Amino acid sequence: MTAEETLKTPILEMHGITKHFPGVLANDQVDLQLYPGEILALLGENGAGKSTLMNILVGLYRPDKGEIFVRGQRVEIDSPRDAAALGIGMIHQNFMLVPTMTVAENIILGVQDLPFVPNMEEVCRRVRELSERYNLQVDPDAYIWQLSVGEQQRVEILKLVYRGAEILILDEPTAVLTPQESQELARILKVMLTEGKSAIFITHKMEEVMEFSDWVRVLRQGKLVAIEKTAETSPQELAQMMVGREVLFHLEKQACVPGAEVLELRNVASNDDKGLPALKGVSLTICGGEVLGIAGVAGNGQRELAEVVTGLRKVTQGEVLIRGKAMTNKSPLEVIREGVSYIPADRIGVGVVGNMAVADNLVMKGYRQAPLGEGGVLHPRQILAFARQLIEAFRIATPTPQTRIKFLSGGNIQKAILAREIDACHGLIVAAYPSRGLDVGATEAVRKLLLKQRDDGKAVMLISEDLEELFSVADRILVLFEGQVMGVVPAAEADTESLGLMMAGIRQAS
Amino acid sequence: MHFLFEKRQSISRGALVLVPVISFFVSLILGGILLAVSGADPFATYAAMARGAFGSWRNFSETLVKAIPLMLTGLGVSIAFKMQFWNIGAEGQLTLGGVVAAWVALFVSQGLPETMVLPAALLLGMAAGALWAGIPAVLKAYIGVDETLTTLMLNYVAILLSEHLYYGPWRDPNGYGFPGSAQFPVSAWLPRLGNTRAHLGLIFALIAATLLWFIFNRTRWGFELRIIGENKTAARYLGIQIARNIVLALLLSGALSGLAGACEVTAISRRMQQGLSIGYGYTAIIVAWMAQLNPFAVPFVAILMAALLVGGDQVQIMMGLPSAVGTVLQGMILFPMLAGTLFTEYRLRIITPRKSASLEPSTQEVSQ
Repeated sequence: MTAEETLKTPILEMHGITKHFPGVLANDQVDLQLYPGEILALLGENGAGKSTLMNILVGLYRPDKGEIFVRGQRVEIDSPRDAAALGIGMIHQNFMLVPTMTVAENIILGVQDLPFVPNMEEVCRRVRELSERYNLQVDPDAYIWQLSVGEQQRVEILKLVYRGAEILILDEPTAVLTPQESQELARILKVMLTEGKSAIFITHKMEEVMEFSDWVRVLRQGKLVAIEKTAETSPQELAQMMVGREVLFHLEKQACVPGAEVLELRNVASNDDKGLPALKGVSLTICGGEVLGIAGVAGNGQRELAEVVTGLRKVTQGEVLIRGKAMTNKSPLEVIREGVSYIPADRIGVGVVGNMAVADNLVMKGYRQAPLGEGGVLHPRQILAFARQLIEAFRIATPTPQTRIKFLSGGNIQKAILAREIDACHGLIVAAYPSRGLDVGATEAVRKLLLKQRDDGKAVMLISEDLEELFSVADRILVLFEGQVMGVVPAAEADTESLGLMMAGIRQAS
Repeated sequence: MHFLFEKRQSISRGALVLVPVISFFVSLILGGILLAVSGADPFATYAAMARGAFGSWRNFSETLVKAIPLMLTGLGVSIAFKMQFWNIGAEGQLTLGGVVAAWVALFVSQGLPETMVLPAALLLGMAAGALWAGIPAVLKAYIGVDETLTTLMLNYVAILLSEHLYYGPWRDPNGYGFPGSAQFPVSAWLPRLGNTRAHLGLIFALIAATLLWFIFNRTRWGFELRIIGENKTAARYLGIQIARNIVLALLLSGALSGLAGACEVTAISRRMQQGLSIGYGYTAIIVAWMAQLNPFAVPFVAILMAALLVGGDQVQIMMGLPSAVGTVLQGMILFPMLAGTLFTEYRLRIITPRKSASLEPSTQEVSQ
């Protein structure tokens, strides 16, 4: 610790926070210190445990282990109400506002010591006062539905300062904002810091860390991997720490023998769920017997890329071709019929139906054909035999084939998805973060399976944030940044530094 | 000390069975209190109700008469509920099924061979129910219109249409001014079982229950419906056509309610008149939930619900209490049911303040 830090006492400290979810260690002995008047950035990939840690802080989750100190006092935070009483407030990614109510009404919703009939004039006056003090420019009488996303966020901020929050937690606050609104937010936060408030900023974008924060803590797979002073680090360094460089194991990889072209994207553009451009003119090809790795920090168009190829998302411009056949904006079923398999990033929400049996989940691609089903009728015995075969071949650890799949571990759920998708595949596999959150053994199994598909002549698109995974599995690596291709390099020639630069948006000549 | 509801990591199977059973008894207790307050002996009343509903073959057959439409509509809405489509329009689907079956019996039967009259009435009644559920299904599946509103509103349309018909154009000129149509020709009568009023609808309901079980557990379509009901995102990713399947499922849902209505007019009243439905379509919602959407449980729950209705009538005759006692009990079952489902997914944890916990940090700090 430097002399400067020891002078200040942290307003907030978290010690050894550990939180288990079924099959996942979301936080593993995480420490955190926040000083008054400073912004701490919490950097990490999706699933690194940032949100879990913050949800513990606001009382939505209870930690399995660990302690929290606020202003030097040990505290137990059992509910958001407890957190609010301690001056801790969170602005969630999805705003918690009631659209049919006014700004002022939203601000006093849930305030504890509210009189039975609130004096709305008094509330509005205070809202105006606060709004002026921080230059928030919000009309207390406007209805939420009338406001832009940026204005709604300002209401969320007002809500917190109205309740006297001293510690503001912002969960990816700029994800929904235009660049101008982001700058506005930075300015508002600066004013608040001068008053001694402090903020924790959850993000996976390096630029934001550099722009907003004083300190940065990097989380990876639930563990705290680095504490840096923002001024003394660089986006490239942060990118490397975030995705990790540890070598898990060495994969035997045969030389790539590319066959015929399987997938081609020509100048493809598409929008994200909010209707903002997510892919901006992406062109790429993948041949049979080849793995194309897609590198990039999450949220730069990877998800949209996978969905465009699998027919789940509309293309606004450009063409998708599979084996030369035009597949632009075809339905998911038509894409499946072309032999395209997809291993989605969201295993539980998209990949499986949690309440249905492992066997049912394993046949969710094959049930359309004999021998599993004929003339619309399913054959339970054949289904069971087929499921047993896959469970055996892919070493899925399940008590019985009838067990509901949500009771399996994350690794086994992923193996079940892989089993189903690989079995149904004849041509192309799109795998999004296939080893994310898995332990070393399951990770190795997943990577070996993907390589085997490639050796069998299939084309593989591997989307990953883990550079080590891309180096060991991919044949070529394509880097996406803000929906654009920053470059494509052969995996054998790629190095972390140049990829890191491209991931940070610096284009390479290739 | 305070209480905390924690989400269970697995749905409790025991609770799945126990919750409906316990809720039934809780509602009996609540109803008992109500009876005691209004000055009646709860035990005597319940005994009278049980005798009224099950005391003799004749009484039981009357219970079946009310159970048959509950079975058919209960099966119908449980299909919709499995898809997470909140079809509360079984009442209207039933009514319209009755209206169309009556139309066939009254105005089309002359032009048909005698053996065709009844099948035509039942099938067109089913088609009418399917249409009445299909409209909200199409609106929901393709443009996202909230189905609770549309299905509920269409109830009033169907009910008012039926009233208009038997008060107006269909009123029997020889009916001494009573609202109601003329009696149907014998060719349009649905056979009754023995010399009771229970009818072939019972067989239809049992066939429908078996068919639904088969569809959901043994067919490709049912498999797709189950996936859609459980996880729409996964269904889309698996290439399943969600909108089309929701519409098809709702056509089946409405057809069963339509069949209930067609059976009512052709077997019980044998004319179009007031009292076609006594809220069967709404009670069906309770039936479906209590049966946990299991088609084989629906007939049993329907009989239980019908017993409350018939028993309520008996209480009125024998003990001079309002017959609404049965309806009140029916309604009361739903409250413990809804409260009880909480326990299938959550468990209650009692948290006592940890006095000793405040001492921990100091010792920890020393050790650091």
